[in-house]
Order: sequence, then C-alpha cells, then structure tokens
Amino acid sequence: MRPRVTAALAAGSALLLLTGCGAADMTRQASPFAHAGGTRTVTLSVQSWVGAQANVAVARHLLENELGYRVDTVQADEVPAWDALSQGRVDAILEDWGHPEQERRYIDDKKTITRGGDLGVTGHIGWYVPTYFADAHPDVTDWENLDKYAGTLRTAESGGKGQLMDGSPSYVTNDKALVKNLDLDYEVVFAGSEAAQITQIEQFAKERKPFLTYWYTPQWLFEKVPMTEVELPPYEEGCDADPAKVACAYPVTALQKYLNADFARGGGDAAEFLKRFRWSTEDQNEVSLMIAERKMRPEDAARAWADAHPGTWKPWLP
Amino acid sequence: MATLTPAAPRPAPLRALRALRAPRGRPVAKLLVLAALAAVLVPLAQARWGAGAWPGALTVDVSAPLGTAGDWIIDNRDSHPLFLYVLGHVSNAIVVSVRAVYLVLLAAGWAGVTAAGALVAWRAAGPRLALGTAAAFLACGLLGMWVPTMQTLALMVVAVLASAVVGALLGLAAGLSDRAERVLRPVLDTMQVLPAFAYLLPVVLVFGIGVPAAVLATVVYAAPPMARLTALGLRGADPEVLEAVTSLGTTARQRLLTARLPLARRELLLGLNQTIMMALSMAVIASVIGAGGLGDRVYQALASVDVGAALAAGIPIVLLAVVLDRVTGAAGERLGAARRPPSRPLLALAAAGALAVALAARLAGRSLWPGAWEVPIAGPVNRAVDWMTAHLYSGVPVVGGTADWAARFTTWVLDPVRDGLLWLPWWSVLLLVAALAWVIGTWRTALTAVLALAAIGVLGVWEPSLDTLSQVLAAVAATLVLGVATGIAAARGDRFERLLRPVLDVFQTMPQFVYLIPVVALFGVGRAPAVAAAVVYALPAVVRITAQGLRQVDPAALEAARSLGATTGQQLRQVQLPLARPALLLAVNQGVVLVLAVVIIGGLVGGGALGYQVVFGLAQGDLATGLVAGAAIVCLGLMLDRVTQPTARRPRKGA
Repeated sequence: MRPRVTAALAAGSALLLLTGCGAADMTRQASPFAHAGGTRTVTLSVQSWVGAQANVAVARHLLENELGYRVDTVQADEVPAWDALSQGRVDAILEDWGHPEQERRYIDDKKTITRGGDLGVTGHIGWYVPTYFADAHPDVTDWENLDKYAGTLRTAESGGKGQLMDGSPSYVTNDKALVKNLDLDYEVVFAGSEAAQITQIEQFAKERKPFLTYWYTPQWLFEKVPMTEVELPPYEEGCDADPAKVACAYPVTALQKYLNADFARGGGDAAEFLKRFRWSTEDQNEVSLMIAERKMRPEDAARAWADAHPGTWKPWLP
Repeated sequence: MATLTPAAPRPAPLRALRALRAPRGRPVAKLLVLAALAAVLVPLAQARWGAGAWPGALTVDVSAPLGTAGDWIIDNRDSHPLFLYVLGHVSNAIVVSVRAVYLVLLAAGWAGVTAAGALVAWRAAGPRLALGTAAAFLACGLLGMWVPTMQTLALMVVAVLASAVVGALLGLAAGLSDRAERVLRPVLDTMQVLPAFAYLLPVVLVFGIGVPAAVLATVVYAAPPMARLTALGLRGADPEVLEAVTSLGTTARQRLLTARLPLARRELLLGLNQTIMMALSMAVIASVIGAGGLGDRVYQALASVDVGAALAAGIPIVLLAVVLDRVTGAAGERLGAARRPPSRPLLALAAAGALAVALAARLAGRSLWPGAWEVPIAGPVNRAVDWMTAHLYSGVPVVGGTADWAARFTTWVLDPVRDGLLWLPWWSVLLLVAALAWVIGTWRTALTAVLALAAIGVLGVWEPSLDTLSQVLAAVAATLVLGVATGIAAARGDRFERLLRPVLDVFQTMPQFVYLIPVVALFGVGRAPAVAAAVVYALPAVVRITAQGLRQVDPAALEAARSLGATTGQQLRQVQLPLARPALLLAVNQGVVLVLAVVIIGGLVGGGALGYQVVFGLAQGDLATGLVAGAAIVCLGLMLDRVTQPTARRPRKGA
C-alpha cells in the first residue's frame, strides 16, 4: 500500500505544480458550450424583455443561415451582462438602455468592452395609463391630476393609495423618488419581473379596468393594449443626476450595442456583422409581436421577418 | 424518497393514549423562566430603545464596506494573485470538465446517449426503469430540447460529481472524528434549510455570471445531504461487525475500506440520490446566474409569458429528475438486498452496445436530434392556460374569480398579519420566538432562533423580513390545512394514494419557476401569487409526510381504540393524529422550509420584501442590497427551522 500512496501523492503534487504555477485568468474563459464540434460560435446576451429577444433572434438567424456560425444565448440581467461581456463569456449585447457607471468602468478604464454603435431603435420610459381610461378621463394624462384618480387606481397591494406598477428590478427606474418628490398619493408596487407585469396588464385590460404603470417604448404590448403616456415634468439635461431628487420625466435614449473588445478585434465576419446590425423601431416591434403575441418561436419569427425584408439586412453582411 | 423513522418506542396502546396528555419537557417551567427573564430585560430595552420596529441605534450599516468589496473584486479579478492562481484555476477546471462532458454527450449523439442511459439503468435497476429512461430521453428530443438537455446534463454530471466528492470527504471527516462532527453538524444542518436563492449572490460576486458560478452554487447547495448521510452511515455501522474486523488485526484504514464504507453503502447511495435531486432543483434557479441549458429556456420563456414553452423546457427537467431518482433509489434497494454489483464483462458489453448504437447513428448522419421529429406542445398548453385564466380570473358567479380571492386574501389575511407583526414591539417578537422555540425544542434551538432574528434587526432589514415572515406564515397555514387534510385522505384510501403519488412526484420535481406565471395569471401581481406558488410547492411534501406518519401508527393502538368502540373520527382525532405527532411536526418543519424557498422566489411576481431585494441585488449588481437580504433570508430560515424543530433531527429536506 505505502508505495502506491507515495506515488499518488507525487502525481497529485506534480499536477498541482503544473496547473498551479501558471496563472489562470478567469476573466478570459469562454462558455464551456461555445465552439463545440469545430463550429464557430458567437454568444449573445439576451435580456429579459421581448424587444431584446427580437434583436437576438434576427441576429442569430442571419449569423447561422447566412454566415455559418452557431449562436449561443445567455439570459442575464443588464448589469451582470456587462460584467459577463467584459469577461468574454458573452460576445455582444445588442440593446443597452444606458449604464454610465459600467461604461466608465469597462470601456474607459479597463478597455475590455468597445462600443458597437446605434441599434437604430430609440427607447423611452414613462408612466402609462390604458387608452380606454385616458379617453374617458382626458385629464389623467397630466401628472398634476393623478391624485384625483388615486382612489380609482388603488388595489389590495397598494393599501390606501393609488397603485403605480413597476416591473423588473433590473430596469432603470426613478419611480419611488418621483412619487415622493412630486408628492403623489401613490404607492409603487414592484411586479418583480416583466413577465408578471405584462400578465397583470393584460388581465386589467381584459376587464377594462384602469391602471397606471411604468412602461417603455418600443414595446409590443402597445399593439395589444393601447396605452397613453402620462406627462411628467419635462426632462432636462442633468435633472436626473441625483437619484434621490429626481422630479422630471425620463429621457429619450438611442439604444446602443456593445461588443467584447477581443471579439470586436478578432471576431471576423460575426463581429463585422454585429457592428453593422441596425434596424428600426417598427422592424423590432414586428418581430417582437410575432414572438410574444402570436407565440411564434423566436427562430420562426426571425425567419419570417428576414424573408420579408431582405433589403434591410443584406447590407449588414460583410 | 426518504423513509421516515419515528424514533419513539411503541408503548402499549392504553399507556400511549395517556402518555399523549402528559406535557413534554415541562413547557410551563420553561415559560416561567422566560417570563422572569423578560420581566427584567424588557423594561430595560423599552426604556433604552422604545417599542415599535427594530431600533435604529442597534443596526449596523454594512452597505458601504460591501460596495467597496464588490468594486475591489471587479477591479482586481484579472490581476490579483488570489484570482489568478487559486480561483481562476477552480473556474478553469469547471469550464474544462463541463466542456469535456458536453463534447462526449454531443459525440455520442441522441441515439448513443439514450442507449447508454438505458443500459446503465438496466444494470442498476432492471429492465422496467431502462425502458423508462430511454422513453424520458426520447421525450426530451421530441420536445425539441435535445441540446439544452445535454447542456444541463453536462453541468449536472460535473456538479453532482463534485458535490458527491466534497460531501463524501466532509462526511468521512464527520463520521470518523468526533471533533469534526461537532463543528460540521450545525453547519450542515443550517445549509439544509437555506433557500437556494440565498446562495447565488456570493458566488456571482466572485466568479461573475456564467457556468463556473452556476456549478459552484449547485455544489454548495447539493453537497450537504451527501455529507450528512455519509457521516450517518459511518456512525451507524454495526459495532459487532467492527469488533470482529478489529479482532482480525486490521489497520484503521483497512477497517474503513473493507468494513465501514461497504456497510454504509445504502446511506452513501441515498446521499447520492438526494444530491442529484437537489442539484437538479438548482438547475433552473442557477439559470438566473448564467447556467444555460434547460433552466435558461424556462427563464427565457417566462420572460415572454410563454407558459407552454416554459413547460416544454421544464418537462425534461422533471423527466431527468424522476428517472435519476428512481434509478439511484432502485440501485440503493438492490444494494440493500445484498445483490452482487454487476460483473465487469456485462458492463463492458453494455458500453460496447451503447458505442455501437452511437456509431450507427453517427454514420447515418443523425447525431443531433432531427428537427422534423419535434412535437410542439407550447401552443395547446398556452391555449389551455389562456382559457383557464379567461374563465376563472373574475366574475365567476357566487364564488367570485381568483382575482377577487387574491384581493380578499391580501386584504383580510396578509395585510393584518404583516401589520400585526410590524405593530408588535421588536422585543416582543423576539420573546415570542424564544417561547415557541423553547417549548417545541431545547434551549439551544431557542437561543439560535432568537440570535438569528436579532441579526436580522442588526442588519437593518427588520421590516422587509417581517413582511416576508407574514407571507411565510400565511402560506404555511394554508399548506398545513390543505396538506394534512389530503394526507389523511391518502392514508385512509389506498386507491387515492396510488392516484396521488405520480402527481406528487411531478409537483415536487417541477422547477419552482414554472409555477410563477400561471399564478400571476390567476391571482394578479402581488403577495397573493407568491403565497399561492409557495403553497403548491410545499404541499406534496406535507401530504407525503402526513400520510406516511399516519400509516406508521401502531396498528395495535388503533385496534385497541376500535375495540373500545371509537368511531372513525374519534380514532383519527384521539389515536392516529396524536400518535403521528412526530410526523406532523416534521411536516410543519418541512412545510416552513419549502414555503420560505418559494416565497423568496415570489419576489419575481410582486412578493416584494426580501425576495425582491435579492432579485434587485442580482439584477443591478448591487451587492450591498442583495447580500444583506440574502443574509436576512439565511437568518429567517434558521429562525423558522429552529422554532419548528422537534428535538430529533430528520434525515433530509426534500422529503
């Protein structure tokens, strides 16, 4: 027995020496599922909302069918996705709503992420009421009149106040501060995920019940449940600088793409394609609607869109 | 599934009846001591910090140091030696091994994997389970989930192996050394009761989103049962056999290898079985931190409110879980029956057979599952769900719709409980917990429970924690009412139990996430759907334990009661339920632990409180919020477990 133990110990320590002495940088380790079976793989981050799924579905369809790549997707929230992007576990984020802190850290300081240009879609966050409610009570679309409707908009969750429904915790929101600073008789209720929020909105709409919700464009749900924006005090540059003192509307954002720096340099056709990927709000909505409303599989929706709009995507190919 | 062993000896029937009335552990004396303590301490606390919520003077703000720590890690992850020379290799080893398994699975192709799975099952558990295994793999392919299933399988293989090795080593230490046991036992006990969600953040903090973090979180979650059962097996070895072996002049190591470990193989296999089940239940939750595979599909489908697609990805997980559970379970029973393990030539033959099938499929160019063989189930399922929600949501005559119930439940149950808890002065909550824990358990459990609750206050999350607690209490109450009633029915009718069993199996292995969207569709956004999901998730365990406990009641006691002319109801109330008391207490304990796990996930559907804060922390990379909430969940879990813990420990968590 003895000699065997010694041999095992020796082998073990040799292995430890061999592996332990070299540095292993965990920020440069790809997904174990990438590049399996000799294929060229691109890993894209999908955020939880359907617009982001639409971007990825179309990019995936074209990368796989036109350029011969295999595409893996990773579902991650926005801030963790930035981290994964900087580590190369994800090659690209196709739709970002603005993360100044991360941009400073990863693009300017560490230089592990590069900008991939405009997605071509502009996004806007706001407070919305269903159009059937706004038609019946036109003055609800001004924030100063919201308190009048607090009683109508109350639910079991909001207690004695009106309910302002917020969605996923990963989304950019100032709503708690806004309600406080504008001194509104409302309670912010967090749905906790976009899926839960959409389900709730659809249920309200089926009943033609009034509601007030945090929502954003472009979003496919508008086609199904028409909603009207409530006007908040107008946005001015810098009015949202201090998160605790915000008392103005959300800005209009040109959504951005970001690529991992190494991928942007050495990613070949795929990187070039993703840099050129640029479409319009209408295009994105068309695909989103097919996925979320008609329950088509993302790949089928992407194929349907690509077959109908070759003129849009042909120029993206390198 | 776990076998329940009430340790109490069985006294003669009449004595048993009387013994039930006798107070256990002198609760009155305990309460008096507590009252005396309170009489001294409460006025002091009241004068110093006042009543109401937890006093601000007693909280410690940890957000600033946590924020700095988070930033330091991100900034130093690619340069600091700790990361380069230690953690980097851990991460690398995981990536390499998951990839190796994944490539082997892909190379084997669907035919090879199915054949190999079936052959292994056949050798381990017989032809029926082999057929089941093959059918399960084919079903994964039919659902169009072949590649994600293989990704999850690769991750599971690595995670389960790592958990088994780590668990076995820890168990070995605890089984052989008393000192190690004293240190490890409370730690393992605690880890068993923690919600999986609480494990995610610390791992993500260090390893970032991705497969390494997912595997590590899974290992931390799944290793404890293996460790506990290994230790249990080693300590439970028959002393006479050991004596005999020692008298043969063996060394300690020989004794371990030739006697103690082989004697403990049943426990070892049971441990492996539980480790696999817990790892699988983590597969979906870990998708939040980038595990990929099936869990990721479930998560993505839920994001677009596509219950059908979520189910299509959830079913393979359930199938994998059921197959693995049955196969390892059957293998354990075979070992227990002292069958010889399969001989080498047969295994070699099996491997050769699998290889041949894989090669044949590969030559035919069909190593990936052919797309034409997929059966879409998402459409019909979604239509069914839509119909259900459309017709049940509201406006149902007389009883009202589910939305009305949810609103009433929130207003009349959840709100009063939460407001009541928040209205109670902080010291009285501590006192209440101490009293409950001491009466049910020992002074040790009471002390742990009180300290855990105090820690929540110190962390500054008193109010959200009590909010979560109110949801847990409401859900546990509902679960117990429903579960015990169903359990009684199941214990009395054999046919009902046979019908119930597969349903319970499926509900227990279904990923918790799949429940979330249907409950939102039925109950709207808020705390009510979180509670509903928790009830559905915890119900099977409670039903099972109750039924098992009632069935194990001494038939002699029942016979005695019957001969005294007791009616069925009287038998149940006065004999069966009291005698099944250990099982019922266990059911309460299990119910609490399982409910807490889902109430936390309920943060995703508007449950708010601690669950929301953890989700927020993960989503925003805000470690201060997430870690504090995670720690509070740990404390809450610890407190709830200790309060409901009868003196004897139980074998496992999932029941």
